[in-house]
Amino acid sequence: MRVSFVVNGDPVTVEVEPRLHLADCLRDVLSLTGTHLGCEHGACGACTVIVDGTAVRSCLMLTVQAEGASVLTVEGLSSDNALSPLQTSFRKHHALQCGFCTPGMLTTAHALLTEEPGADADRIRSALSGNLCRCTGYVSIVEAVLEARAAYRKADMP
Amino acid sequence: MKPAPFDYQAPGTIGEAIDLLASNPEAVVIAGGQSLMPVLAFRLATPSLLVDLRLLPGLSNITIGDDGVRLGALVRWRDIENHQRLAAAHPLLHAAVAQIAHYQIRNRGTVGGSLAHADPAAELPGVAVTCESEITLCGPAGPRTVPAGDFFTGPLSTLRRPDEIITELHLPRWPNGRHWAFRKYARRDGDFALAGILMFYDQDRNGALINAHVGVTGACPRPHRLTGVETLLNGHAIDDGLIRQAATMAAEEVDPPDDLHGDAAYRRGLVATLIERGLRAAARQGSG
Repeated sequence: MRVSFVVNGDPVTVEVEPRLHLADCLRDVLSLTGTHLGCEHGACGACTVIVDGTAVRSCLMLTVQAEGASVLTVEGLSSDNALSPLQTSFRKHHALQCGFCTPGMLTTAHALLTEEPGADADRIRSALSGNLCRCTGYVSIVEAVLEARAAYRKADMP
Repeated sequence: MKPAPFDYQAPGTIGEAIDLLASNPEAVVIAGGQSLMPVLAFRLATPSLLVDLRLLPGLSNITIGDDGVRLGALVRWRDIENHQRLAAAHPLLHAAVAQIAHYQIRNRGTVGGSLAHADPAAELPGVAVTCESEITLCGPAGPRTVPAGDFFTGPLSTLRRPDEIITELHLPRWPNGRHWAFRKYARRDGDFALAGILMFYDQDRNGALINAHVGVTGACPRPHRLTGVETLLNGHAIDDGLIRQAATMAAEEVDPPDDLHGDAAYRRGLVATLIERGLRAAARQGSG
């Protein structure tokens, strides 16, 4: 089926089987391999992308369901030559080791802080509870997201 | 972990959607897909056709009226969480939905999807049954309304026919001052509950409990009310002794599964503990 949507600001049209989930479309059809696939059944959160402003698991959404949607992946969070404030904070706080879960952590945290720039540590932990990390133990990740809040509060100002 | 091939249609009207289901016996309905997509990935279901409800009009409304709360089938968990008036209009619904699965899943999971999937541990079916709600379905013969207490017939099993679409959940009006509690236990945040309880009661002028409703999820093949516990509570003022009796009776009244996530005796104990904690929390609300 032919499906048209927007990825990181660019309109795309793809020809896919109805059974192709959005994560496979992003990775295999559009060569956006920043989105990682861990469990492929909605348990690990690695494949989280932002669809029309909300964080969703791209393995639990069919490409055909994205018709007309605006999708933001980890590639869309930063420009080619600079990290986003959230990514800078992840580096500063050593919020990643192997990096496999990091795209999902970043997209989830970005969606959360865009909607709720005042989220406290409990809220951040709750929102990230659907993202598994087997390296860092989460403390450094939560610290990184907490520090990044300042950039999202500024972004809110006119 | 790839689904078997299927065709896909996103009809624009309920009538078209029902026609597609009626003429394709192997068709399956998809809305948010948060339960169905894993089922497809594991190939536990291999439908010939997915009928996506995402373009159907009029199914995304939350209506708060004199007769209670009406939730359209395409209302997402995040819509309920973010609805400011719903926290007061139906606090039990609001609290239970806030604890469904994870953040990303609450952004796509829907009312109709949860009711149709009918996982025994799921929150919304528990709310629906405990509150004596009604579920409206639409099929080739037109709409029909079924009490939630009859709708769930077993694990992942309901009275919905394959060519019917759930359109609405109607929760009866929630009076001011009602005491309530929702408690669930899962080993990790967002996991399916090993046991969950939902309850509410009102009080007469003397402080005695009336209209007690107590429901259980997870520790049972389908969500259901604990009528023995309700009978025990009604007509009495709440105190330590009554709370302990209710907990003991709840443990006897449930029929929990015995599986690798927890044996039956453990789940009985969990239900008793959750009932005790829930009743204590409910009793602390307001002046009660």
